[in-house]
Amino acid sequence: MSKITYIESSGKSHTVDVKNGLTVMEGAIQNDIPGIDADCGGGMSCATCHVYVKENWFDKMPKKEDGEDDMLDMAFEPNKFSRLSCQIIVSDELEGLVVNVPAKQS
Amino acid sequence: MINTDVLVIGAGPTGLFCVHQLGLIGLKCEVVDNLDKIGGQCIELYPDKPIYDIPGIPECTGEELTNQLIKQIKPFKTNFHLNERVEEVTKKDDKWLIITSKKKQFLTPNIVIAGGVGSFEPRKFSVKDAEIYEDKSIFYSIKDKSIFQGKDISIFGGGDSALDWAVEFSKSSNVKLIHRRDEFRGSEASVQKVKDLAKNGIIELHTKYQLDSVEGNGAINSINIKHEEGNIKTLKTNFLLGFFGLIMKLGPISNWGLNFDKKTIKVNTENFETNQKGIFAIGDICTYPGKLKLILSGFHEGALAARGCFKYARPDEKYRFEFTTTSKSLKNRLGVKE
Repeated sequence: MSKITYIESSGKSHTVDVKNGLTVMEGAIQNDIPGIDADCGGGMSCATCHVYVKENWFDKMPKKEDGEDDMLDMAFEPNKFSRLSCQIIVSDELEGLVVNVPAKQS
Repeated sequence: MINTDVLVIGAGPTGLFCVHQLGLIGLKCEVVDNLDKIGGQCIELYPDKPIYDIPGIPECTGEELTNQLIKQIKPFKTNFHLNERVEEVTKKDDKWLIITSKKKQFLTPNIVIAGGVGSFEPRKFSVKDAEIYEDKSIFYSIKDKSIFQGKDISIFGGGDSALDWAVEFSKSSNVKLIHRRDEFRGSEASVQKVKDLAKNGIIELHTKYQLDSVEGNGAINSINIKHEEGNIKTLKTNFLLGFFGLIMKLGPISNWGLNFDKKTIKVNTENFETNQKGIFAIGDICTYPGKLKLILSGFHEGALAARGCFKYARPDEKYRFEFTTTSKSLKNRLGVKE
């Protein structure tokens, strides 16, 4: 289990326990965190589970694969801290991870 | 008005296999899909990506699977109504009356919704006033090239559509290509062409920039773009073209009186009928305890939904279970010569 914090665009914060091995997207869906749609179900093919990773965390996590940045081109207002939450796998190293959820996904 | 036994909404793998099952048991169907081609997510999202979990097919791409399914339903000579979205569904006596975005009408006892996560629509700019200028100064697809002649065009995106249109319009307009990062996901040849044009000063290339705001009065005359580090540039612009791919939107389905759980439709697992008699939902769009969003589940759901359609389409007949290996009538329908 690792504690992951999701901050909505309104500033409302949700800290939940997510099982190691699940993705940050799955953690959001299972805990009904608003703002993460994940239309394709985790296939890296829809860009609707987009999050902004807190700056201090961004370099600590495994790097993006090529396809992820291609999908992020289609995300709503991506920036240099953008990730697809379906591609971030929760592990002990990510204990305390904070991500911001965009105002919308499309 | 088109009368049919079943209207299938969605031409993805699940819808296509349901067409096969309907054809086998002797029901006529028509298929409506909002995309301009058959295949749904398989063809729109991952035509080249391999799929490894179709029973009996160790590996195939989305495009290959689609082509095989199209071949499999060929004997049934099904009509496809592409580029069309079902807008209205209303009860008419004991049938359903369906009206599409092209005002086509269908009358049928059965509707099978195989709509995936909804219909595909272009992703749009999110800045203020973007909606007001849509189809005037802002476009997400090109219908009439001539209006862009000699104008300042700002093209956004990093895929083949953005690159190809940048190359095309550079012949007769002032093109600016804006993309959020240095890398492009379009084909190497197109990327090279664009880079050459930029080097020769024929098009302007602005990478690591995104749209910040638009300015104009009735028509856009300039835009501001923002670098990822925050600085802003103003570009003289008459037209904005956005190529950010497609997104799935549930659309009008949510108005048909169906029982929803988030964005999915609740069904029974006996024949995948919804809370509305004669409306079935299969594939990614349906939900029930234990639902798996796999293509193979969609095939199973389509086979059972087809039998569910039978009792409303042929109320006076008894459905008889048969195998394709042995049944003469099934082989006839498949056009198999013995």
